[in-house]
Amino acid sequence: MTTPTATEEEQRKDAPTGVRQTLRAGLQQFLAFASLLVIFVFFSVLSPNFFNYGNITNILFSTVVIGTLALGTTFVIITGGIDLSIGTGMALCAVMSGVLIVNAGVPLPLGVLGVLLFGGLIGLVNGLNVAVLGLPPFIATLAMMLVAQGLALVVSNSTPIYFDQTPGYIEISIGSIIPGANFPNAVIILAVAAVIAGVLLNKTVLGRYTYSIGSNEDATALSGIDVRRWKIVIYTLAGLFTGLAGVMISARLGSAQPATGMGYELQAIAAVVIGGTSLSGGKGSIVGTVIGALIISVLNNGLQIMSIPQEWQNVILGCVILLAVYADRARKSTTA
Amino acid sequence: MRIHRIGAAIAAAAFALTAAACGGSSEAGGGGDQPYVAIVSKGFQHQFWQAVKQGAEQEAAKQGVRISFEGPASESEVEAQVNMLQNALGRQPDVLGFAALDSRAAAPLLQQAKTSNIPVIAFDSGVDSDIPLTTAATNNKAAAAEAAKHMAEALGGTGKVGLVVHDQTSRTGQDRRDGFLEWMRTNAPGIQVLDPQYGGGDQAKSADITKAIIAANPDLKGIYAANEGSAIGVLRGVAESGKTGLTVIGFDSGQGQIDAIKNGQMLGAVTQDPIGMGKALVDAAVKAIHNEPLPKVIDTGFYWYDKSNIDSQQIQPLLYQ
Repeated sequence: MTTPTATEEEQRKDAPTGVRQTLRAGLQQFLAFASLLVIFVFFSVLSPNFFNYGNITNILFSTVVIGTLALGTTFVIITGGIDLSIGTGMALCAVMSGVLIVNAGVPLPLGVLGVLLFGGLIGLVNGLNVAVLGLPPFIATLAMMLVAQGLALVVSNSTPIYFDQTPGYIEISIGSIIPGANFPNAVIILAVAAVIAGVLLNKTVLGRYTYSIGSNEDATALSGIDVRRWKIVIYTLAGLFTGLAGVMISARLGSAQPATGMGYELQAIAAVVIGGTSLSGGKGSIVGTVIGALIISVLNNGLQIMSIPQEWQNVILGCVILLAVYADRARKSTTA
Repeated sequence: MRIHRIGAAIAAAAFALTAAACGGSSEAGGGGDQPYVAIVSKGFQHQFWQAVKQGAEQEAAKQGVRISFEGPASESEVEAQVNMLQNALGRQPDVLGFAALDSRAAAPLLQQAKTSNIPVIAFDSGVDSDIPLTTAATNNKAAAAEAAKHMAEALGGTGKVGLVVHDQTSRTGQDRRDGFLEWMRTNAPGIQVLDPQYGGGDQAKSADITKAIIAANPDLKGIYAANEGSAIGVLRGVAESGKTGLTVIGFDSGQGQIDAIKNGQMLGAVTQDPIGMGKALVDAAVKAIHNEPLPKVIDTGFYWYDKSNIDSQQIQPLLYQ
């Protein structure tokens, strides 16, 4: 269900197992959605300030940055790789946005496009390091994480760049094109980005090869697919989402914060994993990732709304991640 | 077996949430109709912020108000703080206490607080806006100048001095660096100050930086550390390098610095009054609820302490372990 190509393959191999596999994949996604629902109802019952229009938009709004990063990194994780550079890469992209739009005075749409391409460039370098030089993704992107963090400080001279002289920039994120609804544009952009990612993963050759590389890289290569080229494409795609996240966070904060970003990659990876994507590759879905990102932000918001002591908030978040990985393992051990 | 596992997982989740609910009720509940002050700080796990929280809680108990206190895990997490601010406003507090990581990033939400008639009290480094009724903060530049003065005195007005600062992007980082540099420039021409180095307030990183400074400057006479994490790192770096006779001056307190001052590894440090800051914050919030006038700035003070006065009546209550 989540992975049409993978299940099709399984079905061809062994029909009864295939059917069971489909049911299990459906169950996994259903479980993730059910947990989201349970948490949601839980907070709605316990706090009078949780279930209202303003707070729901707050939750969606706070999902945007992690969600955008998680979308791109879903592709990388399905190939069995990892991208640690997305957090500080995002900060560098935010700084580039400031440099292009504020310092160099590039017109807004062109500047935003430039930032997306710059994000793609970061991803391209990651892709080249992984696919051509054969570096382990963990090391290649760890190095990029440090490079991006340093460059963000160097380029910005360690000071935030503010967009208050750039009319329209913050509107990208906090404005509302739905008149009178007070519904942040950032959420709409995330939704559009998620749909694009979903189509890419489920309906295109790119998506098919993403699953295929993650399931069995050697077999994929043997069947005549240029694995190296597609890996470069996939890391570059993740970079484009990093660029988008850089625009979204700087528009939301009205400023490019060079020192931020560290730790965002782990939250994005957590969202992907909670959504049922396997860190060992071959399995995963965009719907799952969106649900995973929502679970994190609903938990954060709900626990804060209820004034849970902050020490406990992290404990609970950590438990949820453990449960998600545990569910994933349980599923795998039964399919094996 | 499988159903069993899922059941166990759900039970664990339910347990975690119930535990959370119980943990929360002691904090959030019990208040009844007491006025509610939501405090969004710049951090929460650092001892300094815990001391601010403690002061705020003491004053809240005394004045009969209910508070909540939260802050992001690190001082670079501007977005996390903005989310907390948004959620705090969602709880519709009577007053909002706020220490901004970046005032301008929080501007739209402060505007929202204003339109919903929630008074804002700024604390620590303050909020760059005219919305807060008052700011309860330490004058960090003056505090750093105090550290410089004691450094110059200890060195007799000559020698090479290094700086280990937590960061160059935050207001406190800049003020504690510039306050020190400016005082030295105008008052101690004989002292050569090296370029400031930044360790992110991380002990291990600051220790490495310290060793590098010592290695590069064999004639180094003193080091100034601009926050607690930097100070512990400097002490460790000095110890690891084996260099003796250095004059080390720190900032804030904590067990590590208190011990180092008592056993002579550190000359002294400048302490803020975090507990007093928390008290002043809640006191100002209560005044705001009653529409009482407030000064634009509440200076919560700083004090120099060393071996001679560390156990005195005046200093002892300001130091946290």
